[in-house]
Amino acid sequence: MTDAPLLEIEDLRVSFATPRGPVEVVKGLSLSLGREERLGIVGESGSGKSMTGRSILRLIRAPGRQTAKTLRFDGLDLMAQSNRQMRQIRGARISMIMQDPKFSLNPVMTIGHQIAEALQVHENLPRRDLQARVIEMLNSVRINDPERVAKMYPHEVSGGMGQRVMIAMMLIPRPQLLIADEPTSALDVSVQAQVLDLIEELVTGNGMGLILISHDLNLVARYCDRILVMNGGEVVEACAARDLHKASHPYTKGLLAAQPRMQETRDELPVLDRSAGAGT
Amino acid sequence: MSSPETPQAAISLKDLDISYGSTKVVRDVSFDVATGESFALVGESGSGKSTVLKAIAGLAPDWTGEISVLGKPRGHGTDRAFSETCQMVFQDPYASLHPRKTVDTVLSEPLAIHGIGKRSAKVVEMLGAVGLDQRFRFRFPHQLSGGQRQRVAIARALMLEPKVMLLDEPTSALDVSVQAEILNLLKRLRREQGLTYLMVTHNLPVVSFMCDRMAVMNKGRIVEIAPKTALYDGSFADPYTRDLYAASGGNPDADPEGTASHLKDPA
Repeated sequence: MTDAPLLEIEDLRVSFATPRGPVEVVKGLSLSLGREERLGIVGESGSGKSMTGRSILRLIRAPGRQTAKTLRFDGLDLMAQSNRQMRQIRGARISMIMQDPKFSLNPVMTIGHQIAEALQVHENLPRRDLQARVIEMLNSVRINDPERVAKMYPHEVSGGMGQRVMIAMMLIPRPQLLIADEPTSALDVSVQAQVLDLIEELVTGNGMGLILISHDLNLVARYCDRILVMNGGEVVEACAARDLHKASHPYTKGLLAAQPRMQETRDELPVLDRSAGAGT
Repeated sequence: MSSPETPQAAISLKDLDISYGSTKVVRDVSFDVATGESFALVGESGSGKSTVLKAIAGLAPDWTGEISVLGKPRGHGTDRAFSETCQMVFQDPYASLHPRKTVDTVLSEPLAIHGIGKRSAKVVEMLGAVGLDQRFRFRFPHQLSGGQRQRVAIARALMLEPKVMLLDEPTSALDVSVQAEILNLLKRLRREQGLTYLMVTHNLPVVSFMCDRMAVMNKGRIVEIAPKTALYDGSFADPYTRDLYAASGGNPDADPEGTASHLKDPA
């Protein structure tokens, strides 16, 4: 790990204009991510975790607005980059894996084509090398018979396979930072573990930084070094993953307790007190 | 839970095969759910667990074998008397409520179809039972959150006072804390109204909280029927079930409090 962090965020705010005035969905978030560090961001729907992930890539669409005192990636001030410069960074240096492969892959383009496109945007390669890189990448995300799969369309593969294709697409330009936004919530439990193991292996093998965004506390604890718990646009707790069960904030404790356990003996699950905010 | 007085099974399936067109998706499914029991169907997507529920509810009419609910064999068509004994709650409350009908309309509709009076009073009572404030009565689904919608979907299923509820992943579209509320609600309703649950889920900890027994499905067949106590120690006979158990986190003994309470109260 070198001295400068890979990503530094200070006082990040994302707001949306509404008829009743602007609503802040991320309220002054700060974080720093070391090289080869794996950070988990956990929270429920509406906590601002996905908006945080998107704002790192400056992907907040109008009328949303993002501001930050610092948003520095590898010494580069992301807030000062033009749209054109941002496009050079997205995908090539920072990649993002979205939640559902069904909606994120182009349905009318073969898998091989889509992966190749992700690479072509950033690198000029002869066609033969391009094809070789695609096959190699599909191999490394453990797809059997990559030559055949490269010719298939997204609807012809299963959800787990689609997500592995997404991972291949995101990792082929060899980014330094990978943001995975609920990469497995559309998948079965048994496939979930495979996909996350794969992400972990590729991230550590290539010296990438990882930001894993999820609503599943235990899952994040298993795959990350450090965890931020978000609620209502703010970080309510930051802790090392192995200390998660020692969490002190009532919200984190509530989330942990609300999950049914494999050896469940409680008659009723404790419920978060919502009197402060909106109802269920 | 309360042991059933009557030996009669609430749901009884015998040699059930279900097809969609020419593809057979469920084969040789047989099990009995006792009255008052909460029974889980566990498996991955595509294993046919939801299809079994659909066949019981009459939504997948292409089946052979025997289905009987509360001792009455079920036919292949829609059946009015049947819907008074057995109702289903669907997975996604964002998709299962009509976007242009208010909560009041949605809840009164089953009563109107079955020619039952005092609808207004019943709607008010049911909203209370599922823990929704009366102010939600004339709202549209888009004005409700996911948890509130699922409460409406549960209320709709309960309007005809059925004895058997088919639950198709009732909490998988919801946040953890909302899931806890809905699970508590379902558990309370079962206790209060003496319901029988057949619940489809892929979440083993939810089974541990909600159910007495489970059937594990893989590729359209039941590979194992186990009591929920098998989840405590992972004592499953079938290799597929053991894999599923391990993939779901297996036996997380990192939590000393959990094991302690498990030793204290093995029931």
